[in-house]
Order: sequence, then C-alpha cells, then structure tokens
Amino acid sequence: MDLLEYQGKLLFARHDVPVPEGKAATSVEEAVEAAEAIGYPCVVKAQVQIGGRGKAGGIKVAQNAEEAEAHAKAILGMDIRGLTVHEVWIEEASDIADEYYASIVFDRSAKAPLVMLSTKGGMDIEEVAEADPDAIARLHVDPLLGFQDFQGRRLAFEAGVDADVVRPVGALLKQLYGAFIDEEAMLVEVNPLIVTGDRQVRALDAKVTLDDSSLFRHAENAELRNLSDEDPQEMMAKERGLTYVKLDGDIGILGNGAGLVMSTLDVVALAGGKPANFLDAGGGSKAEAIVSAVEVILSDPKVTAVLFNIFGGITRCDEVARGLIEAFGQIDVKVPFVVRLNGTNEEEGRALLAEADLPKVHVEETMDGAAARVVEVAG
Amino acid sequence: MSILVDTNTKLVVTGLTGREGKFHGMNNRAYGTDLVAGVTPGKGGQDVEGVPVFDTVREAVEEAGANTAMVFVPPPFAADSILEAADAGIETIVAITEGIPAHDMLRIHAHLQRGPTRVIGPNCPGVLSPGKSNVGIIPASFFSEGNVGLVSRSGTLTYQIGYEIAQRGFGNSSIVGIGGDPIVGSDFIDVIGLYEQDPETELIVMCGEIGGDAEERTAEYVAENVSKPVVGYIAGFTAPPGKTMGHAGAIVSGSRGTAAAKAEALEASGVRVGRTPTEVAEIAVDILGGVRA
Repeated sequence: MDLLEYQGKLLFARHDVPVPEGKAATSVEEAVEAAEAIGYPCVVKAQVQIGGRGKAGGIKVAQNAEEAEAHAKAILGMDIRGLTVHEVWIEEASDIADEYYASIVFDRSAKAPLVMLSTKGGMDIEEVAEADPDAIARLHVDPLLGFQDFQGRRLAFEAGVDADVVRPVGALLKQLYGAFIDEEAMLVEVNPLIVTGDRQVRALDAKVTLDDSSLFRHAENAELRNLSDEDPQEMMAKERGLTYVKLDGDIGILGNGAGLVMSTLDVVALAGGKPANFLDAGGGSKAEAIVSAVEVILSDPKVTAVLFNIFGGITRCDEVARGLIEAFGQIDVKVPFVVRLNGTNEEEGRALLAEADLPKVHVEETMDGAAARVVEVAG
Repeated sequence: MSILVDTNTKLVVTGLTGREGKFHGMNNRAYGTDLVAGVTPGKGGQDVEGVPVFDTVREAVEEAGANTAMVFVPPPFAADSILEAADAGIETIVAITEGIPAHDMLRIHAHLQRGPTRVIGPNCPGVLSPGKSNVGIIPASFFSEGNVGLVSRSGTLTYQIGYEIAQRGFGNSSIVGIGGDPIVGSDFIDVIGLYEQDPETELIVMCGEIGGDAEERTAEYVAENVSKPVVGYIAGFTAPPGKTMGHAGAIVSGSRGTAAAKAEALEASGVRVGRTPTEVAEIAVDILGGVRA
C-alpha cells in the first residue's frame, strides 16, 4: 500500500522523524481553518500519488487567509495527470538552505534493508544514480542487529553532508529506520530531506510503501485511504477479495495463479489483443467466486470479450464451468467468452459447458488458441 | 535421482489438523510421500487418519524421525513455525503459506543463514519429484519421471509449462516452486545449482516473472557455473510499472525488474528464452532431440 505524502509524514512523526507542522483538509473551509491555525506563510499541497505536482500547479504558497482559500479552491478537485485531488495538506513554509535525499528500501537481492543518502536532493534519484552513482552513499543493515549510530555517521560523511549537520542527519536516518521496521514498510523515501536556514534537519516530503501482508497487525495503517486512487472496478474487486488490476485494453482476463494470469496477458498481447485487466481468481476457486469475478470484469464498460484461462491444480475445472454457467444465469452477458480449461476435472468441466450450450461461449483447447480466438471475437 | 525431496523424505506437516493442511498432507501421502507426523500445539497424542500428531516439531523429529517439514499454518504464525522446524533440526522446510509479512521473512532469513536448514517458499506450490515424493500442492497426476528439472516463481504457470513438456513425451526429475514473495528462502540460483549436480537432470527450465533481480543474477550464475542447457520463460512483458501483479514480489518499480531486461540478461548468458509457455516447451523438446512417442 502506497501512502499519500501527509499520511507518510504523520507516520514519520510517530517515530520522531522531524517533519514540518501541517494539517490535512478535504474542503476549502477546512483548508483555511488549517492555514489559520498553522500561520503564514504556509504551503497548500495537493495529495495525489504522482510526481510533478508542483509543475501542475498543485503546490502553492499562501501569505494570508485569502490566498489560502484561493489556492485550496483551485487545487481541490484539480486533475493531476489523471488523478483527481480530494485532499490537500496545509504545511508551515520551510526556509530551505540545502536539499538532500534519504531512503530505505527492502533490498530483495541482498535480503536486507538498504539505506541511501545523497546531497543531491530534490531531483529524480534514478537520474542521479545513472549520471553520478558516487553521489549516493549506501549501505545494508543487518536486520538482526538494526541500524547502528556509526552507520548514520558513515553515510553522512560519505555523502558529503555539511559537517554541522552530520549528527542530526545520522539521527534522522536512525529514526527513519525505526519507522521502516516498526511499520513494516517496503520503502520509505524522503526527497528532499532539507536543512533549514537555522540548520534544522527535516523531512519535507514522504513516500512510504507498506507491506500489505503485515496490515493485520497495524490497525491504524490498515484504515488509511487514498481517495484519488480508487478505481471503481479495483474497489469492487477488493471488497470481494479478488486480486484485480485494471489495465487499459478491452479484453477481460480471468485466470488462476498470478504467474499464469501474467503469462495470459502476454500471450493475448502477442496475439494482437489488449487486456482490460489482470484477475487472479486464486487457488481452489468455487463457483460463487467465479460469478463474483465475472461481475467485476463486466462492470468495466470497455470490455468487449472475456478470456478464461484455467489450469486446474487445486482449482477444479468443473467448479469453474459451474461458476460460468451460474454467471450467465444471473447476469445479462452481452460479450463473447472464450474458455480454456486444462487440469483437474477438465473433462467434467468441458462436458458441463457443452451441455449448457451457452450463447457466445467458445471453448478452446490450448492457451495460444484461446488467445487468438478471443482477439478475433473482441473485434 | 531428483532434488530436495525423494524416497528418503520423512515429512512432518505443521498445521496438519487444519482443513488445508489435512487435505494436502493426505494428498501427499496418497502419492507415496512418507508422511510421518503432524504438529499442532495442544493436539499432541491425537492422529489424523493414522498419522500421529505432536505438540512440537522437536517431538516429531525425535519420535517419528521427520527430516522435512511442510508449513501450512496461517500467515501470522508461519514465521514462528519455520523457526521452530529449523530449531528442531529439520533439513528442508517447504513453506506453502501465502501472505507471510515480508519483515518476518527478512528476520528469519538472516537467522537461517547461520544454520544448515534450507527453506523453499513461502507462497509456493512446493516440490514434486515424480515417482518418489510430493511435498506441497502440485497436482502430481500431470507429471511423470524424467530428465527435465523445472524451477519457477509461480504455481499454475509451472503446471502449464510442465504439462506442455509432458504432452511432448518428457518427464521431470523434480519440479520446484520457489515462491512469489519479495524474500524467499531459496532462489533460482540455489535450485539450479542442485539440478546441475543431479545426474538425472539433463535440461533445466526456469520460469521467472517481473520484479526484483533474481533472474538477472541467475543469468550471471548460469554463464559461470552451469554446464547443462537452460531454457527460460519470463511472465509479465505487458505488466504496467508500479502495479503489483498478484504476487507480492511481482512489481516493476522504476526501470528495474522488467520482463524485457530479464529475458535479455538470460539470453546474453546462453539461456534460450521462449515468449510463450508453448514456445518454452518447443525449445525444450528441440534441445532434448525431438518429441518422444
């Protein structure tokens, strides 16, 4: 789960990572109230999860209540690269002397947290890494030992931060590591990490990705919502416990197992089609789950054909066939379906489909054949 | 021969008294796996269809001679179950559980590096050595004994590719699902190293997917250490960046972890990469000298 900037900052604050004081608002009135409480100058920041907010006019400085109101009015409801702004974060303006970069990522290959620090903050760190890899100091932390004070100093010296802030930057990294571990994050990134005119170190931005699998023991985080990022199909799928990702094509896809579904998307693309979604019905899917999944797929108005690609292991092909037949009984299906069933109880599944003789359902024997057929019937 | 599980495997299932644990544990036993024990704290002394249940893994090792564990307990308790099995001296732990917190795996992986225990998974379908032993949820009826060693991050995709190879007359030395989580106990490199040493394996097929750099590292490893032919497949060419494709580990972030980069790295190391499961099977058959009747 990716957090919004302000959600990340509130999470940082719980772990004593210094952040500017601020308040979230979902209406112009709330925004002005927040600005009045914080004082001027303050910054009105659009809360959407996308880069280039400033360039799009989503970050504005207000010198007084009138300006705060005007900015909040302009920003709330604004569209930034396809995302609607539903929330703003009102924050005290910072006097920036230096901009650094700090992050902790879950390094899968080293199987350890990787901490990075650079004095080239405020820029795209991937570009810095490419152009000037030595500008980024980095080290791995032993997950059983935790972050040590010397590691903070080492990173600060190697990155070349100003001597007077080596200790506070090191301390901030240690607090950031605490947040990373305690909140079970996959990524915490601060860009920029600023040094103010009076030499205070602060996180001016926050990018946090939490591990979805750990949310069961972080009730506070599990309740966080991102209103701008709620696609109707993805919401519906989430409520039904389905693994669904919306894509921009017109061929609905249902399969079992993440790898097989990904492979199905590729095979459909190779056959010249454009998948509308990724949907993993999971292992051991029962008929009801299939009905539910068909509803989610068909609720996307762009879908002109649907492909079922099932290799039955725990999942039984006869259950899938039953689910499809039930779905056709419950929903007025207007688009053609192509179904490919292999694996556990494949013969029973195919027999059920043959018997039901559903209109617009084509049964194919192979994955490649099914992909070619669905592209053909999608038109 | 085969790798990881065989006729010497003596299996203990943690969570054997649960619905899933019982179903798959009994399936494994029906296949011929020597299922010697189950473990459920507080249910020691009971049995599941004749298989003795113990309170601790240590007792299952001492009293029933278990050397391999299959972990089937729910995510909040799975890391603890893996550590318990390792502490009891289990050599091979197959963790099927999906949804173990990544930070749990981070800590226990660091700890397990200090000892001899090997973990396969989590979030994996397990290990099947056809004709010998099945530990996990792989539908064994589709596969027969043979010379193709299969290793994959995904379950059903493995079945798909294995099935296409089987239809062309070839069987498997072993089939290993290493799992789709950000941190898994064994990587492609670990399993391919075992296949390289296994006399029965003549060809290695690896199925990767987007996310991380395990496939890129495997490419380097294969170039330097593997004499047997390797065929590759990568799922996720059309996956958009920033979206997790079902597996917690399957996400393209920034420019890293794309399918194209992985396929390119593998091909540069002499691994032939198929663009579809069917093409993978065709390449495998081509290397093995044509379809067998």
